[in-house]
Amino acid sequence: MRTINVADVTQSVREMCIEANHFLAEDMDRAMKRAAEEERAPLGRQILCQLQDNLKIAGEDMIPICQDTGMAVIFLEIGQEVHFEGGLLEAAVNEGVRQGYTVGYLRKSVVGDPIIRENTKDNTPAVIHYEMVSGDQVRITVAPKGFGSENMSRVFMLKPADGIEGVKHAILTAVKDAGPNACPPMVVGVGIGGTFEKCALMAKKALTRPVDRHSEIPYVRELEEEMLQKINQTGIGPGGLGGTTTALAVNINTYPTHIAGLPVAVNICCHVNRHVTRVI
Amino acid sequence: MERHIQAPVIREDACRLRAGDYVYITGTIYTARDAAHKRMQEALDKGETLPFEMSCNVIYYMGPSPAREGRPIGSAGPTTASRMDKYAPALLDMGLVGMIGKGKRSGTVKEAIVRNGAVYFAAVGGAGALLSRSIKRSEVIAYEDLGTEAVRRLEVENFPVIVVIDAEGNDLYETAIKEYCVSENHFVHV
Repeated sequence: MRTINVADVTQSVREMCIEANHFLAEDMDRAMKRAAEEERAPLGRQILCQLQDNLKIAGEDMIPICQDTGMAVIFLEIGQEVHFEGGLLEAAVNEGVRQGYTVGYLRKSVVGDPIIRENTKDNTPAVIHYEMVSGDQVRITVAPKGFGSENMSRVFMLKPADGIEGVKHAILTAVKDAGPNACPPMVVGVGIGGTFEKCALMAKKALTRPVDRHSEIPYVRELEEEMLQKINQTGIGPGGLGGTTTALAVNINTYPTHIAGLPVAVNICCHVNRHVTRVI
Repeated sequence: MERHIQAPVIREDACRLRAGDYVYITGTIYTARDAAHKRMQEALDKGETLPFEMSCNVIYYMGPSPAREGRPIGSAGPTTASRMDKYAPALLDMGLVGMIGKGKRSGTVKEAIVRNGAVYFAAVGGAGALLSRSIKRSEVIAYEDLGTEAVRRLEVENFPVIVVIDAEGNDLYETAIKEYCVSENHFVHV
């Protein structure tokens, strides 16, 4: 048994919110640089070069990469040997978000009720996903999610007979419908299997996997490669203004499912695919 | 073609712009996004005046991050324009000459753009740090309680945008992707 004070969680979340909104993770940084070199469309290349400048200014001047600093999505993988003291874990995470978004000059984009729509003014609450794992550590991933791309995400409840071709259609349909709205080049997170909510959560978590790391399941890896190629043949391009770089990666996660179903979720993220992970 | 225009924008200048033009805007523009548009619509419904004149003006669909000390504004890139489609035609009919955002517009908005000789520009989505450098002053002029969604008057210098929908109804999102699309077969719906 290891005891962790939740104040340590607050401190980490606070710092990670600020870091994620000013600096892209190394995998995304590399992918964006490569895209700027490989894009064939002149306007597309110009946009990708502007995005390089944008990243540089964001880091140097400490100004968020994008004004939509997102709703804070937080994954907590909690070792079952861990005991928390000092208060409620959920409250500690939200306090970290509150502090990070306030002292970090991040935009407060959360409304307290989906219909009444009054801004909570501190970007809380976060969306927190808990997972129990082995060990005595806590792995925290902070992934602020912008809604230009979130709004273009989809869940498809396919039939088993639709098979892998149905999955491919679903992914390409979501990407095509998203087009310029999702701020391409995008990262496409996909969940296949499970239930209605499980596939959506897998798609979200897939966005936090480094864009240069494929699935370890051979057919899934092939599907990731094929989908990336097909998405980059749609012509949508950077900013949706035409080109050969529409997506930087397609990350797919799978899970067992019911004999009657084939759920597929496509969670689209813009090029500001933010994710920071720390272990405490 | 690369062009420089002054805002507020003379209607003849707007009508000369063509989809695909790279335009640098200098002058005064206004921000409004979801909640501010809703309030403006409610004001119109009640016969009240709007926070700024629509005639010859440009609305930037944008809600900035907070400004650090000594800076006019925080990160300041465009938001998705289609959420304002419900409100845009009425504002265009009142004289609004330009809109800056990102993403597709509805057929109804396109018709209103053509009918009024207006223009829809895209700024590069997700480039809020870069775009903030072209904003020299920012002042909240209405709906302050909406926070980032308040209406702001911005003074901009060489603010970079691309004409997506012009006064003739040409749509760059539709034409540009065809050049790089390998197969139309991908566009089959499930």
